Amino acid sequence: MDMPIPNAAILDRKARIVAELRRVLPADAVIEDGVELRAYECDALSAYRCPPLAAILPRNTAEVAAALKVCHAEGVPVVPRGAGTSLAGGALPTADSVILGIARMNAVLEVSYPDRYIRVEAGRTNLSVTGAVEEEGFFYAPDPSSQLACAIAGNIAMNSGGAHCLKYGVTTNNLLGVTMVLMDGTVLEIGGPWSDAAGLDLLGLVCGSEGQLGVVTEATLRILPKPEGALPVLIGFDSSEVAGACVSDIIKAGVLPVAIEFMDGPCIKACEAFAKAGYPDCEALLIVEVEGAEAEIRHQLGLITDIARRHNPVELREAADADQAKRIWLGRKSAFGAMGQINDYMCLDGTIPVSSLPMVLRRIGELSRDYGLDVANVFHAGDGNMHPLILYNANTPGEQEKCEALGADILRLCVEAGGCLTGEHGVGIEKRDLMEVQYGPADLEAQLRVKDVFDPQWLLNPAKVFPLHVTASRRAG
Amino acid sequence: MNDMRPGDEAELSEAIRAASGPLRVRGGGTRGAAREGAVLETAGLAGIRLYEPGALTLVAGAGTPLAEIDAALAAEGQRLPFEVPDLRAVLGRAGVSTLGGVVAENAAGPRRVAVGAARDFCLGLRMVDGRGTVIRNGGRVMKNVTGYDLVKLMAGSRGQLGVLTEVALKVLPRPEAEATLCLPGLDDARAVAAMSAALGSPWEVTGAAHLLGRGTYLRVEGFEGSVRYRAGRLRDLLAGFGSAAEVASPWSAIRDVTPLAEVPGDLWRLHLVPSEAAAVVARLGAEAAVYDWGGGLVWLRMAPGVDLRARAGAFRGHATCLSRPDAVPESPEIARLTAGLRAQFDPRGLFSDPAGA
Repeated sequence: MDMPIPNAAILDRKARIVAELRRVLPADAVIEDGVELRAYECDALSAYRCPPLAAILPRNTAEVAAALKVCHAEGVPVVPRGAGTSLAGGALPTADSVILGIARMNAVLEVSYPDRYIRVEAGRTNLSVTGAVEEEGFFYAPDPSSQLACAIAGNIAMNSGGAHCLKYGVTTNNLLGVTMVLMDGTVLEIGGPWSDAAGLDLLGLVCGSEGQLGVVTEATLRILPKPEGALPVLIGFDSSEVAGACVSDIIKAGVLPVAIEFMDGPCIKACEAFAKAGYPDCEALLIVEVEGAEAEIRHQLGLITDIARRHNPVELREAADADQAKRIWLGRKSAFGAMGQINDYMCLDGTIPVSSLPMVLRRIGELSRDYGLDVANVFHAGDGNMHPLILYNANTPGEQEKCEALGADILRLCVEAGGCLTGEHGVGIEKRDLMEVQYGPADLEAQLRVKDVFDPQWLLNPAKVFPLHVTASRRAG
Repeated sequence: MNDMRPGDEAELSEAIRAASGPLRVRGGGTRGAAREGAVLETAGLAGIRLYEPGALTLVAGAGTPLAEIDAALAAEGQRLPFEVPDLRAVLGRAGVSTLGGVVAENAAGPRRVAVGAARDFCLGLRMVDGRGTVIRNGGRVMKNVTGYDLVKLMAGSRGQLGVLTEVALKVLPRPEAEATLCLPGLDDARAVAAMSAALGSPWEVTGAAHLLGRGTYLRVEGFEGSVRYRAGRLRDLLAGFGSAAEVASPWSAIRDVTPLAEVPGDLWRLHLVPSEAAAVVARLGAEAAVYDWGGGLVWLRMAPGVDLRARAGAFRGHATCLSRPDAVPESPEIARLTAGLRAQFDPRGLFSDPAGA
């Protein structure tokens, strides 16, 4: 993955740029020391690293605006950073860029239970948003698996999802408003604690724009009352095709589970070895979770198990209580950790129409054999959001490149099947060069023109999302 | 000039490239003629292109009549969850709702409080912008963060940026049962408080509306047993607001704002913070009002020509007049971005004049 060659003129002006930033920010909010900057050299896509020119940690919207004004005047690229948990390299700096970290802005600003919203500073972590309202029986629905660490700012940048999107939607469906600072320092209020925009839906546009349109400093989020209870059922099958057909039948039957998780054979084995959750030895496993009152849960689980039985499952295990539910989820929740124990892995998140699940799984198996790299599949089946984990050894020369090539082929396959490159992780640098697989030149040009409006100089996170050759002339400007 | 009716996307692109002045894009003609210009009809861009009930997705041409989509979904026990309002009666208009119009208006009925608006169910689209360029965005899968979300930008854009040609939608199962509770005799503020209590409960309320003098209505939907259970729990929860009785479904009337159809005057729509709604409405001197979305949406009839925004003063939210061309004032920062986006997608101003009508 190439990054643009750093602008030598900016590197030469480092002392002056840092001095200008220090003029508008507190002393401890500007980091320029080489050792300290190492903390900002990568995000969770740790194969790629580059220390930035400097890092800044403003404490409020006014400081963000002042710092962006300085960078704008100096022509310095700025890379916004939430918690640095991006799997796509969304917060990867270049040597000539300033990292704008939002971590110090994590306060709860306002909560209204009658109106069901919370306003927070955008550096607040996803889970601590729920933490702020759960005593009153509310929660914030999007639940990316990094929710303990990831920041709302990053969730908005990537339009993050999670396991429960089938019922509750993703970030864009739960975001009511933002305070945002444009690259030139202009502060904007978009939306608020009411539903829907009067004019163009700029909020919808900003959500998922990967920090390229503005820096979100505060967010108004919809909060929901917690359901009375939730229980999962575990269903094992001897083939992925049958499991896929079962998912489709459940949805067609009018049941809307909050989550349908799918694990394939290699994943089941690894999780079982790691977490000892008592999973059956089979080729495909579904964990289907439903919500509601005790009787509702029983009714829905009854419908689901009836449907599953028609597909001859090798195992059917309803959770009788919270303890059994926990055991069913244990293996799934430790899937990534289990894989990490065995190998290095690369996690993709291409999304496909649920109907093409069997075909895509078969093709992934064939590609895996062709490349000689194992692939384990664990994913959100209800919404077609795959998470193939490609296992490789980073210490074997050439293996990372091979892994990336296999990953690219899998994502091409997702697009061919009628799906997309990324369902919830974002494009970042990781899938940047595949954008032309999904979109034609006119489709991409329309997106670039949107960035032209918000950031005419292309200074905000400029080397992300789009292939570098597509944005070269704009970035040079 | 004769009305143009392109038969496909290529012809539409050609028509837009050849246009020499303002265009009036016409779907099913339910919005009336708000502006001057040559008529460009989308009726030729009709038809359901793909429907996979097991994947909850449907793709159709923008000119497809809504009724055709509703019928196809009903045959599989599914529906568009966002409950498209039919405002023909209340606005005194004719025509047929089309998919493109529904998306361009970001339509949303009472179920908005539980599931969202049209924008939340649009997975992807195809469009032709003011340069005549065909643009694709999104896709037909439920989770997609590949590039910028121009689908959201187009949803609710009222055709200012281009002409939709095809939309991919997420659909949902039609529930087995529905029940509506009615609390009689609450004033506006108490009604909003009751609706907030209901919407803040775990009983999954999918409609919360208030008609002064008629009652405060709450809806639950789902499997029969579950609906019975939740309606019962809801009744207990709301005991402090009065005795809730189960009534026949009022939701199509609330969705279509028919209680205001016979009341003369301008029709206004207010998007508000629910707990602030009653106080804002109290200072407006409206002829009649319908509260939906638990108080987050208020429909009003005002005496003709009244400037509601001036009477309302500052409030959190926004108000639009639907009885005449109207543009909601924007902050200078938002206005600058809006103008910038219009200039990029429609540099010749074919779809909107600089004032934004």
